[in-house]
Amino acid sequence: MGDFSTWLAMGGYAAFVWPSYAITAVLLIGLLVVSLWNLRRGEAELARNDRAGRTGAPGRRDRKVPHP
Amino acid sequence: MTRKRRRLYILVLFLLGLGTATALTLTAFQDNLVFFYSPSDIVAKADVPYERNLRLGGLVEMGSVERVSGSTEIRFRITDLQHTIPVVYSGVLPDLFREGQGVVAQGRLGRDGVFHAHELLAKHDENYMPPDVADALKRAGHPQGEADPGR
Amino acid sequence: MHRFANPARFQRLAGAILPWSAGLTVLLSIVGLWFALVASPPDYQQSETVRIMYVHVPAAWMALFVYANLAVASAIGLVWKHPLADLAAKAMAPIGATFTGVCLITGALWGQPMWGTWWVWDARLTSVLILFFFYVGHIALTNAFDDPTRGTRAAAVLALVGVVNLPIVKFSVDWWNTLHQPASITRLDAPAIHPSMLTPLLLMALAFFGYYVTVLILRLRHEIVCRKLRALRLTQGMGAPAMVEQGGS
Repeated sequence: MGDFSTWLAMGGYAAFVWPSYAITAVLLIGLLVVSLWNLRRGEAELARNDRAGRTGAPGRRDRKVPHP
Repeated sequence: MTRKRRRLYILVLFLLGLGTATALTLTAFQDNLVFFYSPSDIVAKADVPYERNLRLGGLVEMGSVERVSGSTEIRFRITDLQHTIPVVYSGVLPDLFREGQGVVAQGRLGRDGVFHAHELLAKHDENYMPPDVADALKRAGHPQGEADPGR
Repeated sequence: MHRFANPARFQRLAGAILPWSAGLTVLLSIVGLWFALVASPPDYQQSETVRIMYVHVPAAWMALFVYANLAVASAIGLVWKHPLADLAAKAMAPIGATFTGVCLITGALWGQPMWGTWWVWDARLTSVLILFFFYVGHIALTNAFDDPTRGTRAAAVLALVGVVNLPIVKFSVDWWNTLHQPASITRLDAPAIHPSMLTPLLLMALAFFGYYVTVLILRLRHEIVCRKLRALRLTQGMGAPAMVEQGGS
């Protein structure tokens, strides 16, 4: 494991090299996850609307104001 | 002229104007955009800026570094290969501070011609290579390998 | 309905690209990280800190590239009123801001051990910070108005103003004395970087590019979904008044 700990030590610069990679990973993966999550949520809402549109009267299901 | 064409012309004119304005502004503030002056810049000034806070940049002259024993004080010379200014500094040295390497010192130029630095930053060049390649270059007498990689 | 025709074509194209860009990004990241952290040598001057370059420089390249994309999309949106271009600009800005943030943070982590400072106000560092503010400003302006078309237009103008900053970022190290070193790769046939270090740099740059394509597709799809939802809500919400209008005419 000697080699592994030398590698982890990064020639004494571990405190700069590893945080650089960690922060890059966190920011990039974070943006990816948020983007995916937003897309899934949007698609789910769209699908709900579509289903509602097919089952009920077209385009009238979510009407909150009662028809005069 | 269609609307799209007109919008396109407006956009191109807008960008041209903006570009010109920016170029003019940058030229006007040329002197303030410079992060440091070289020894030649300072010598060439009609009014040598003694006792004013400024940054001096250049190479640490080979063989010029003297450490004052018993203190953190260090003396060396900054050169741009045309003019040389002696520097006194005391404090933490950046890891890249080496003879033959770039350095930027912030401080004041004394009337005696010695630059008293209170902050020292190392400047590295754009060359990246493994140590063995640098050694081989050095052996071959290539100037790029000259800086001492030992720490 | 022609406004939806182009997004539909985009959806087909994006569907074909997405699995490839996502797969390549994962593959290039793994190989790139292996070269960056294990299979490349330390630098003769900077020793192991040179490894920060393999995330810092690709992030910087992408920060500039995404901004150029943003500016082109904004110009197309302003001049030709292309709906997909407006949505693309909105989708791009957060990705560019993230790349710029990565560039700034890793730069500080590299500057501290090598230069002896986290940050200096030299022309390069300052112009990259301004680039970051342009991205943040774009995101803020896009969402600042109740009417999304007004926000889009204002943000597009801001994006075009920021174009002047791009050459300043790129050439600041050549035009002025800076603490930041000049570019190492000016021509690919004779870079100032040894091939053993150029390999991880280019691999990571390709991985970052693949990531950009992948996330851009995801975000753009989200924007298209949002647009459809807005249109739906608009027709539903206007159901009753529309009838009144019909009856009146």
